[in-house]
Amino acid sequence: MSMTPRDEADVAEAVRAAAARGEPLEIRGGGTRGIGHAVRGTPLALSGLSGITLYEPGALTLVARAGTPLAEVEAALAAEGQRLPFEPWDGRALTGANGAPTLGGMVAVNASGPRRIQAGACRDSLIGVRFVDGTGTIVKNGGRVMKNVTGLDLVKLVAGAHGTLGVLTEVAFKLLPVSHRVATVVLDGLAPEAAGRAMAVAMGAPYDVTGAAHAPAGLGPGPVTLLRLEGFEGAVSHRIAGLTRALAEFGPARVVEGPGDWAALRDMTLFAGRPGAVWRISVKPSDGPALGARLGAAGAEAVVYDWAGGLLTVLADEGLDMRAAMAGISGHATLIRASEEAKARHGVFHPEPAPIAALSAGLRAKFDPKGVLNPGRMVPAPALV
Amino acid sequence: MRMPEPDPGVIARKAAIVARLREAAPDALVIDAPEEVRAYECDALTAYRCPPLAVVLPASTAEVARVMRACSEEGVKVVPRGAGTSLAGGSLPTEDCVVLGVSRMNRVLEIDTANRFIRVETGRTNLSVTGAVEGLDFFYAPDPSSQLACAIAGNIGMNSGGAHCLKYGVTTNNLLGVTMVLMDGTVVEIGGAHLDAPGLDLLGVICGSEGQLGIVTEATLRILRKPEGARPVLMGFGSNEVAGACVADIIRAGVLPVAIEFMDRPCIRACEDFAHAGYPDVEALLIVEVEGSEAEIAEQLEKILAVAERHAPEVVRESRSAEESALIWKGRKSAFGAMGQIADYICLDGTIPVGELPHVLRRIGELTESYGLAVANVFHAGDGNMHPLILYDANKPGDLEKAEDLGSDILRLCVEVGGCLTGEHGVGVEKRDLMDVQFAREDLEAQLRVKDVFDPRWLLNPAKVFPLPASEGRRAA
Repeated sequence: MSMTPRDEADVAEAVRAAAARGEPLEIRGGGTRGIGHAVRGTPLALSGLSGITLYEPGALTLVARAGTPLAEVEAALAAEGQRLPFEPWDGRALTGANGAPTLGGMVAVNASGPRRIQAGACRDSLIGVRFVDGTGTIVKNGGRVMKNVTGLDLVKLVAGAHGTLGVLTEVAFKLLPVSHRVATVVLDGLAPEAAGRAMAVAMGAPYDVTGAAHAPAGLGPGPVTLLRLEGFEGAVSHRIAGLTRALAEFGPARVVEGPGDWAALRDMTLFAGRPGAVWRISVKPSDGPALGARLGAAGAEAVVYDWAGGLLTVLADEGLDMRAAMAGISGHATLIRASEEAKARHGVFHPEPAPIAALSAGLRAKFDPKGVLNPGRMVPAPALV
Repeated sequence: MRMPEPDPGVIARKAAIVARLREAAPDALVIDAPEEVRAYECDALTAYRCPPLAVVLPASTAEVARVMRACSEEGVKVVPRGAGTSLAGGSLPTEDCVVLGVSRMNRVLEIDTANRFIRVETGRTNLSVTGAVEGLDFFYAPDPSSQLACAIAGNIGMNSGGAHCLKYGVTTNNLLGVTMVLMDGTVVEIGGAHLDAPGLDLLGVICGSEGQLGIVTEATLRILRKPEGARPVLMGFGSNEVAGACVADIIRAGVLPVAIEFMDRPCIRACEDFAHAGYPDVEALLIVEVEGSEAEIAEQLEKILAVAERHAPEVVRESRSAEESALIWKGRKSAFGAMGQIADYICLDGTIPVGELPHVLRRIGELTESYGLAVANVFHAGDGNMHPLILYDANKPGDLEKAEDLGSDILRLCVEVGGCLTGEHGVGVEKRDLMDVQFAREDLEAQLRVKDVFDPRWLLNPAKVFPLPASEGRRAA
C-alpha cells in the first residue's frame, strides 16, 4: 500500500491519520539518492504535488511544489537564462535508480554540487518552505523574498532534515543568472597535497573561482586539478590569465572551454557501476589531502576531492569504516551509498556530541511527536531484542 | 507597547542574585548600581527603555557559561546584548532581567586565509573583522550600515544583511560555525571550518534567532578575497516607478551587481545636504555597484547602462576615482543620520518582491498623505529590502503614535504583496505584535517549539519576537 496525495491538504490528512494510528510513513520524492537508513513505513509519494507556482525572472525567485521534477524547473530557468545557484548533484549514476529527482528530495538532503564553495549550499538559496509536520499541521516559514529575518529560520532547519521534521510541500528559491562563458583551468600531474595548495591559491585569488576539484585518476591519463571560471566573455579571459599567473609554480596550465568534467564530478560518475560503499566527507579544505592519504592507507579504493579539498568522495569496501580515519580531524562523514547491512554497521550520519544530539532529538520530538515521519532515517532505532 | 509584569520575587532577591553572579564570574564586570545599569536601559530603538536588574560583562565563554548556569538556577531572565545597536529593540531589558553583554569579548582567535575563515569572539565589531584581514587582501562580506559599531553577536542574532548582500548573501550565508552557551550553561560547538551540518542544520536556525536560543560567544566566519576593484554608478530618474522598472530589467539582463541602492527625492536631498556626495537633483536615484578588474567593470557597466538607457535616465554618472566612490557610499550610508538632522524618524525594514516596487511606492505615498506625515525612501532595491523613514515631531503630542500606526500599515502592505515584516533588522519588540499579520497560529507555534527545545523555561530574551499572547502560557510555566 502506498499513498499519493494530490495536494497539501491531502498530505496533511495522510499524516494526521498516520499519527493517529501510530503508523510510520516513508516519504518519497524521486527516490534517486537513497541516503539514510531504510524506513519501515507506508510510502507517501509526493509526485502528485507538482508544478511551478510562481516564477519571477526579474526578482530572481521561483516557487514550486515539492514533487516537481528538477528537470522541469531547470528547463524553465534555462529558458530565461537563470539557474539554481548551488548545482544540485544527481544521484542516479551512483545508485542506478531510474526515478526523476524532485525539488523536495533535493532540499530534504540539502544537495549541493561543486559551486557550493562560491554560491553556497542548497539551504543558502532556499528562501521559503511549506511543510506538514508530524501532527498533520501545515506550517509555512520564510517566503518568496531573499531578505527575510522575520521569526526563527525553520527553512534551513528542514533543509537537510531528510523528511524527519516535516513533509515538504512547497519550496522557494533565490536564483542566479547563468554565465555567458565557462572555462576550466587544468593543472596536470599534481599529487593531492600540491593540488590542495593550488586550490587554496585559486580560492584566495580575486577571480571568483566557482569550482575547485582534484581527481587523482579517472578524468585523464593522470591526476587532474580543475579550477572553474564563469562570467562574461571578457571577464573569463581576464581571470584565466590572472589565475594561470597565480598558479605558475604548479606547472603549465591548460584551458578547457565549456562545461568540461563538472557534471561528472558533481554526480560522482567516476564511481558509477563500481561496487563498494561511497562516502562523502566534509572537512577543512587544507585537511583534505592528509585525510585522503589516511583513507588510502586504510584501504580506500579511490578518493576524489571537491570544494577546494574540503569534500572527499570515497569509494571503499563495505566492510571498511572510513570514518575511523578521521581521528583528530574536524568534520563529518556521510555514508551515501551502501547496503543496509553496511549502513547499520557504520551508521549513515556522523555521530554527534551528546548536547547536539539531545537538541536534535528534542526538535524531532517536537515536530514529530508520534515518530511517523521517516522514523530511523537519520537516527536508527536501537535494534529490537 | 506592553511588556510582561516583572517578577517581584526576583527583584526582591536582587542583592543575593548579584552576589551569586559575582561569585560565579569573579573576573567579569558585574554592574548593579541603579545609575550605572541605566546605560543599558535601551538599544538603538530608544523609544523604549527599562533599566535591568543587573548587567554582566564576562571576558570568556567559560564565564558566560557560569553566569548562565547561575541565572538558570536562580530563575532569572537573561537579555543578551552585543553592541546595543538594534533598531528593533532586540536587547531591550526588563526590570527583572540580567543583561549579559559580550562587548568585552572581542579578540581574533584565528585567521586562516588558505581556508578562507576567521574565528572571533562575538563582541568584535563587524568592521573590525574586515579590519583584521584587509592587510591580507581579504574581507568579511556582510556590511550593515551600523558596521562601525555593531557586534558580530548581534549580526548573528539578527542575521544582519547590508548593501552588498545581493552578491554575497547575509550573515547566515557567511557563518560557518559558532560556540554557543545554552540557558542552562551547556557550551555547544556547532559547525566549524568545514561545510554543512552532519545532521540537522542547527546553525541555520540559530542564526537570526534574536537571542532566543542561546548566547553565541565565538564565531567562525567566511572571509573572501577582496575584488580587484569596484565602481558605483549613479543613475537619476524622473519617477520612482521608472527607477523601479529599471532595477528589475538590470537583474533580468543577467548582470549581478554587488549592490543596487535606491533613494527617493526627500532622502536624496537630506543625504546631499549632510554628506555632499554630489547626488543629482532628481526624483529617484539608483546607486549600482559592480566589481572586478577594470575590464570586467567596464563590461558590466556597459550592459547595465544599455538597460538603463531604455528607461531614459535624467542623469548617469560613473565614479571616476576611489575618493568619489567612497563619497557616493558615504552619502548612502549616512542616510539615517542625515534624516535625523532634519526630523525625528522611524526606520522601517520590510521586504517586498522586487516586481512590486512601483506599486508599493505609490501606496506608501498615498498612506503617508492620509496620515499627514512625510516619508523618505531608501533601500536595497536588488533584493526588495525597503527602509522607508517616517518623519515625525517628537515634541508634538500624538505624532509618534501616528508615525507608528503608519509604519504598521506599511509593513502590512509589505506582507500583503508577498513580502515580509523585516528584511534585516529583526523583529525584537518593535514588530513582535505584527507577527500575526505574516504568520498563522500554526506557523508561530512551530517556531515556539524550537524555543522550547533550546530554552525550556523561556528565560532567554523575554517578550521578544513572538506576540505576547502566543508565548504567554510558556512564559508563565
